[in-house]
Amino acid sequence: MKIRAIALNTFKEATRNKIYYLLIFFGIFFVLSSKLVTLLTIGDHVKVLKDLGLASINFFSVLIAIFTGIDLVYKEIERKTIYNILSKPISRSCFIIGKFFGLALTLFVALISMVVMFFLFMLLFSGELDVRILVYFILLYFELLIITSISLLFSSISTPILSSVFTISLYLIGHVIWTFNEFKDKIVNPIIKIISYILYYTLPNLEKFNIKNSIVMNIDIDIGMILSSICYAIFYIAALLILTILIFNKREFQ
Amino acid sequence: MKAIEIKGLEKTFTSNFLLKKYKVLKDINISIEKGEIYGFLGPNGAGKTTTIKCMLGLISFDSGESLIYGKDSKSIEGREKIGFLPEHPYFYDYLTAKELLIFSGMLFSIPIKKVMNKAKYLLELVGLEGKEDLKLKKFSKGMIQRLGFAQTLINDPEIIILDEPFSGLDPIGRKELRDLIISLKKSGKTIFFSSHILQDMEMIVDTVGIILEGKTIKQGKLSDLISHSVQYHEVVFRGVDESLLKSNNIGFELKDNNYITKSKDFEKVNHIIEFIIMNHGKIISVTPFKMTLEDIFLEEINR
Ligand SMILES: Nc1ncnc2c1ncn2[C@@H]1O[C@H](COP(=O)(O)OP(=O)(O)OP(=O)(O)O)[C@@H](O)[C@H]1O
Ligand SMILES: [Mg+2]
Repeated sequence: MKIRAIALNTFKEATRNKIYYLLIFFGIFFVLSSKLVTLLTIGDHVKVLKDLGLASINFFSVLIAIFTGIDLVYKEIERKTIYNILSKPISRSCFIIGKFFGLALTLFVALISMVVMFFLFMLLFSGELDVRILVYFILLYFELLIITSISLLFSSISTPILSSVFTISLYLIGHVIWTFNEFKDKIVNPIIKIISYILYYTLPNLEKFNIKNSIVMNIDIDIGMILSSICYAIFYIAALLILTILIFNKREFQ
Repeated sequence: MKAIEIKGLEKTFTSNFLLKKYKVLKDINISIEKGEIYGFLGPNGAGKTTTIKCMLGLISFDSGESLIYGKDSKSIEGREKIGFLPEHPYFYDYLTAKELLIFSGMLFSIPIKKVMNKAKYLLELVGLEGKEDLKLKKFSKGMIQRLGFAQTLINDPEIIILDEPFSGLDPIGRKELRDLIISLKKSGKTIFFSSHILQDMEMIVDTVGIILEGKTIKQGKLSDLISHSVQYHEVVFRGVDESLLKSNNIGFELKDNNYITKSKDFEKVNHIIEFIIMNHGKIISVTPFKMTLEDIFLEEINR
């Protein structure tokens, strides 16, 4: 009940936040503007459209994931509304978990709104529905949850600017880290080798959640791989939340 | 058992930069009986807010104890019994007054129906009826303070901790708050509050604790502290020759054609009055001056 109260309040705050609406608006805007692109380009319009729709939804939902997480937790500490919560019989871990679920709900609603619009648009345009795209969005959602957990971690220990920089960097690293897979095995120096192994396995591997190519190219999707990606996300998020709680438990509210 | 007991509380802050250490609380000792109103006094920066934050577990402390009915006040169980109003309260400005109270109640796991009724009752109690659905963005400072007070009572706490509850209130609001605090005391609650507004404090507290630079320097019943109640008498008179006063060793000041003389010794006051009458002077007034909390406070601080 206490976690639910925190989560719902977080959701309320996020949805009453103007940035949230703006981002949804832009998501819609991109979907619509893709119509313009199809008018101006030749070739497989459906493919271009899918491509653009997925890219814009991806871009805006990632922005929401990064910034609402950072904004909400930081504000809570900065404006001291947190005194009001933590002076009540609620543990700090409940607070963090409540925040996480609130953000998860916020992202879910944002993503669903964009996806529904995207599907309607595709249906009207091409008269067909590619349900496989749904799988893409499910994986995207898990990626968003990882990103928002990262932003939760950073914003409970540092300033919004630093948190944004760290979260965005980790997001970018997360999408290229798989390219170091072979590279790390070629390292000779044992110390650097150990460090790169640790980094390789602890930094988030976000490419696991990107099946855009298979979708757009109409390649079959490997269910086993998808399930393993989801498991990876769940463990990764759990680890991040535990770390955040450990740090948050030590924190002083001055 | 004591409602609140703080023993030898010490707290050191370490700055992020250069890890410089500041010992802010050096030896705080507070002991509050159930059903008391306890006033926590100290100049700016003495450590009042820090003490309260330590009690609630918002910050950790180096050593000492903070107990509520003999149990750790920082524990979740301890906080269950507390209602707390922070200094300069700030609440989510996107919520309405009612939503804030409901949210607060949910953090105590109070059933939603009960919390709704309670919220309505409390908003009336603090004079915010009709403002239930107004966003907090649109609240004035005093209204926020009132709402903050309503919010501290949502869980029907046995112990109410208020950090500067009178700040931001107009004279009417202060009077209402004093009355509220007294009525809470009557229903058996223990109230612990810090304030700079000594007049308000003097009117309602049973016990005061004075802290200076992180140490408790005085604690006692208000009635004991100001027991020698009359501090001095002031006699205002006219119509006596100045030279006569001087030759009789009666000190005086001249103000609006009246002479004013002050004395701590009641015998001497009587003597002066007799002297004035014998010399055909006219007494305008004789006023006893009582010691106030302010005098005690200033005396302790300057010691
Ligand atoms: N985070 C911090 N780091 C270092 N010093 C701090 C910190 N927070 C408070 N202090 C210092 O602790 C002392 C006590 O502060 P506190 O806020 O408890 O005072 P106070 O008695 O509540 O004062 P006021 O009457 O102004 O509210 C002050 O000297 C303050 O500078
Ligand atoms: Mg203070």
